[in-house]
Amino acid sequence: MTSATTQAHAPTPSEPGQLKVIQDATCTFCGCVCDDIDLTVKDDHIIEAKRACVLGKAWFLNHSIEDRPSCLVEGQPAMLDEGYDRAAQILTQGKYPIIYGLSDSPCEAQRVAVSIADWIKGTIDTTTSVCHGPSGMAFQGVGEVTCSLGEVANRCDLIMFWGSNPAESHPRHFTRYSLMPKGMFLPNGRKDRTCVIVDVRKTKSAKAADIFIQIKPKKDFEALWTLRALAKGVDLDPDQVQRETGVEYSVWVDLMERMKGCKYGVIFFGMGLTMTRGKHANSEAILALTRDMNAFTRFAAKPNRGHGNVTGADNVVSWRTGYPFGVNHSRGYPRFNPGEYTTSDTLANREADCAMTIACDPLANFSQPAREHLAAIPFIALDTKETPTTRAATVAFTVATYGINTGGTVYRMDDVPIPLRPAFPSPHPSDYDVLTAIEQRVKRILGVQG
Amino acid sequence: MSLPDYTKISQGIVYDPANGIDGEVRDIWILDQHIVDAPTDRAIRPARVIDAQGLVVMPGGIDMHCHIAGPKVNTARKMRPEEKRRDKQMPRTNIAHSGTLGSVPSTFATGYKYSALGYTTAFDAAVPPIGARHAHEEFDDTPCIDKGFYVLMGNNHYVMQSLMQQEPGKLKAFIAWLLNATKGFAPKLVNPGGVEVWKSKQAGNVSGLDTKVDHFEVTPRQIVGGVARAAAELGLPHPVHIHCNNLGMPGNWETTLETMRALEGHRGHITHIQFHSYGGGEGDENTFNSKAIPLADYVNSHPNITVDVGQVLFGETTSMTGDGPLGYFLSKIYGGKWFSADTEMESGCGITPIKYRNKSLVHALQWAIGLEWFLLVQDPWRVVMSTDHPNGGSFLAYPQIIRLLMDSTYRRDILKTCPPEVRQRSSLADIDREYTLNEIAIITRAGPAKILGLANKGHLGPGADADITIYTPNENAEVMFEMPRVVIKSGRVLVEQGEIRESLIGKTLHVQPLYDIEMEADIQKWFEKYYSIRWRNYPVDLSYLHQSCVIPTRHGDLQG
Repeated sequence: MTSATTQAHAPTPSEPGQLKVIQDATCTFCGCVCDDIDLTVKDDHIIEAKRACVLGKAWFLNHSIEDRPSCLVEGQPAMLDEGYDRAAQILTQGKYPIIYGLSDSPCEAQRVAVSIADWIKGTIDTTTSVCHGPSGMAFQGVGEVTCSLGEVANRCDLIMFWGSNPAESHPRHFTRYSLMPKGMFLPNGRKDRTCVIVDVRKTKSAKAADIFIQIKPKKDFEALWTLRALAKGVDLDPDQVQRETGVEYSVWVDLMERMKGCKYGVIFFGMGLTMTRGKHANSEAILALTRDMNAFTRFAAKPNRGHGNVTGADNVVSWRTGYPFGVNHSRGYPRFNPGEYTTSDTLANREADCAMTIACDPLANFSQPAREHLAAIPFIALDTKETPTTRAATVAFTVATYGINTGGTVYRMDDVPIPLRPAFPSPHPSDYDVLTAIEQRVKRILGVQG
Repeated sequence: MSLPDYTKISQGIVYDPANGIDGEVRDIWILDQHIVDAPTDRAIRPARVIDAQGLVVMPGGIDMHCHIAGPKVNTARKMRPEEKRRDKQMPRTNIAHSGTLGSVPSTFATGYKYSALGYTTAFDAAVPPIGARHAHEEFDDTPCIDKGFYVLMGNNHYVMQSLMQQEPGKLKAFIAWLLNATKGFAPKLVNPGGVEVWKSKQAGNVSGLDTKVDHFEVTPRQIVGGVARAAAELGLPHPVHIHCNNLGMPGNWETTLETMRALEGHRGHITHIQFHSYGGGEGDENTFNSKAIPLADYVNSHPNITVDVGQVLFGETTSMTGDGPLGYFLSKIYGGKWFSADTEMESGCGITPIKYRNKSLVHALQWAIGLEWFLLVQDPWRVVMSTDHPNGGSFLAYPQIIRLLMDSTYRRDILKTCPPEVRQRSSLADIDREYTLNEIAIITRAGPAKILGLANKGHLGPGADADITIYTPNENAEVMFEMPRVVIKSGRVLVEQGEIRESLIGKTLHVQPLYDIEMEADIQKWFEKYYSIRWRNYPVDLSYLHQSCVIPTRHGDLQG
C-alpha cells in the first residue's frame, strides 16, 4: 500500500490572513470530476472556486471544518485509538460483517476498505448497487461500446441523454464535455451537434435539446426496443408503438434516421433509466442498441455516474476481487451476486450482523426494513459530517474531506483517473488514515501477516 | 556492525545462458537483493543455505508481453464474472489476499500466480497514457513481481501530427515526454494509424502499410519508421514494441513483412507474431495457411528484429487489445459480448470472450503457427515465450508450451487431434527440433532481459537482481515447470512448492529519457486544445510507484 500517494499530496497550511491559490484543483461533487477549478483559500476557508458550477461552488465554498470530535463511541467523544480498537472488535466479532459506501472516498482509502473486507471475510459493496448497479449487470451481459469524454467533445455530433438530467445533476456536462465544446472535428461546437433528450418528464435539461422526446413512464425498454427494431429494419405496427411508448411512430423513425446518419453518436443514460421498471434490462437495451448502431456508424454509450468517485470504487473493487460491487468473502474468496450480497439486501434480509459505512448515509435513504436492521446491529460510520447514519453508529469517525482536505485519486465517469489537489488541512483524520488504523488492528486480532 | 547476511543456493544445476553456463553444478551467493561473488574469505558462512543438489537453477522468468493491469484489463475483469465462479478459487491466507482467476485474474491473484510459476518480472503491453495512473495503482496491488508497461503511441495525434509536419525533433521530444509523464517503459504501436481510422468511421481501419490515415495524411509505414528512428535516437532500452496492422487477417503476412522493412534497420520488436503470419486470400478462411517460414527467414537474416510468439492454446479466454477495429471484427465472429472504448487523442480498445477449438482448422493452424515460430527462429535470443496473456491463452499455460517445445512426440500427439489439413498448411509436422533446457532458459528469461535492456535481470552473475527459480527436474517438462521448488525474488523466498511463503510488492521498471524541455511548450499547447483533463493533472508522479527503478537509456536520463 502506497501511503506516500496520499501523503505526497497533503495540503500545506496557509498563513493567517494570506491568500493561497490552488490551480487545477479537482471537484469531486459529481461524476464529471472537473479538474480545472482554481481555488482561493483564506484562513482555512475557500473563498473562490473559479470555473466551478453551482454544485461545485456549493461544495467548495460551503465547506468548513466540522466542529465535532473526530471520534464518537456510542455517541460520546472518544480518543481515536479507542474508536479504532472498538471498530476492529466489532468487525472481527461479527459472523456476517458488511462494508458499504466508498463512492466519496479516494481510491487509496477504497483499497484499504477492500483489504479489511478480505481479512474479515466480509461483504464489500458500494453505492453502485443502488445507482448504476443494473448498468454493471447489463455490461456483463452485452458489453459496452463507449469512449472517453474528450472523444465526445472532439467527435460526437449526435448527443443523446436518456433518463438523465445533467442540467441539474452534472451542470458542466454540456459546456465541458458534451454539447458546447469546439472539438477537433466539430469546430463550431454546439452548431455542429444535434442534441436529443428522452425522458418521462420535461426536465430542466430539456430546453438544451434540439429534440425532446417524452415517453410514457416505465416504458423505456419498449422505446429502446422500438429503436433496435427500426435499426434492424423490422416491421412494426405504428399504432402499437405509439400505444406502448406514448410517442408517435414517425418520431422514432426520424430519430433512427438521425442516429444512422450521424458521424459519431453517444447516449448518456442516468438513473431515470436504470432505476425504473426494467432496471438492468433497460441498461441492456441501451447498450445493445448502441452496439447495433456500430453496424451503421460510430456510436457510444455511457452511464452518467453521480458520485465523485463511484467509478473509482467500481475499479478498485474489480481489480482486487474480480467483481465490481456486491462481493462476499465469507468463504475466504470473492463471490458476486447482486440481490444477495448487495447492501440493501444483506440489511433488509437481516443477514448482516455488523457493518461499516464509509461516506454514505443508508439511514437516510435505504428502505425501512434495511434501516431498521442497520440501526439494530453494531456498526461503524465514517463521514465528513453528521448524518442520521453517523448519529446512530456505535463508532462514528468525522473524517477530512477528499479533494478539499486530503489528496488521492478519483476516477471520472469515463474511467479516467485524476489526482486531487487539496486546499487546506483538516484536524480530522482522512478516511485512508482511519481505515488503515482499523486494518492494522484487524490484522493483529486475526493473526494476518500479509 | 553485523556480518553480511548471505544466502547460498548450494550445488544446483545452473542454467545461466547470459553467462555461458549450461547446466553446470554451481553455488549462487545472494546478499540482500542481489547476486554476489562468493566471499573470498572462506571463513564467511552463509546465514542460510538452500540445498539445490539435483535441482535446476535458473534466473526468474520474465514475461515481456502480457495484459495484467490498467483500464482494459480491469474492464475485462468486470465483464467476465461467469468464468471466475467455475475456476479454482483463491482464498485468503494469513499471508496472502484472496483473489479470483478465470482468464483475467484479479491483481493479487496475478502476482501470486506469476510468482508460483517462477516468474519474477512482467510487462503489461498496452496502457493508454491517460490511463497510466490506473495501471500504476493496480501494480501497487500486484505483489511478488517487478512490473512495467508499454505506452500506446501508434495512434497518438501528436505522433501523427509531427510526422505529417515532418518534425522529427518534435516526435522525439514527445516520445520522451510521454514516457516520463506516464512512468512507462517503452513505446508501443498497436495497429498504427488503424485505430484512428476506426474512430472516425464505421468499421474503419487501414488496409496496409501505405494506407493514409484520414485527417493526418500519414501512413502506418511512416509511423513505424518514424517512431523506431526517434526511439533509437533516444537510446531507449526497448525502443519500439509493435503490434502490426491487420492482426488475424488471412494474408496478413505481407503486412508483417512490410512492417519489418519499415523499421529500416532500426531495432524493433514485433509482438505476438503468430497472429500476423497468415497466408490466404483477403478475408478468406478457406485459403488460410501458415507463412511462418518466409517471415522467420526474414527475421533470421535481420538481427535488428526480435519477436515474441503469442502462442494460442485450446480453450476459452478473453481477447483484449488496444486495436479497436480488431475487437469489432472478433465480436462479429464470436457474437458474444463486446467492449470497445475510444480514448481521446491516444488510442482505442476492444474486448470480447473467445474460445480456441482444436477441431477448428483456423484455430488449430494458429496453434501450429505459434509453435513453428519457436522452432523456425534459429537464434533463441530473438524469439520470446508469450501467449499474449490472456489473448492466446493464460500465462499459466507456459509449462505446457515448454513441453511442446522440448518433446516432439508430445507435439505430434497433439497435432494428431487437429484437422489433418494443418499438416499441409503449415510446416509443423516436418519439424523435429526439440528445445534444450538452456534454450528454454533463453526464451523465458535471458532473452527477454536482453531485448528489454535489463542488465540486472535474466542472469545469475554478480550484480544481478536475486530473482531466482529452482525447479525439480522431471522427464515431463510441463510437470517440471508448472511448480517450481523454490522462487526467490529480490533475495527473499516467496514461494516453496507452489505455496506463498512471503509477499512483497515489487519494483516498477520505467525509463526517464532526456529531451529538449523547450519542446514542452508546443506539446502543452496541443494538449490544452483538445484534452478533457488538465495538463498539470496528466503526468503521474513518483508517489504512485511503490518502488521506482529507472532503467537507463543510452543517451542520458532526466534526474529525479
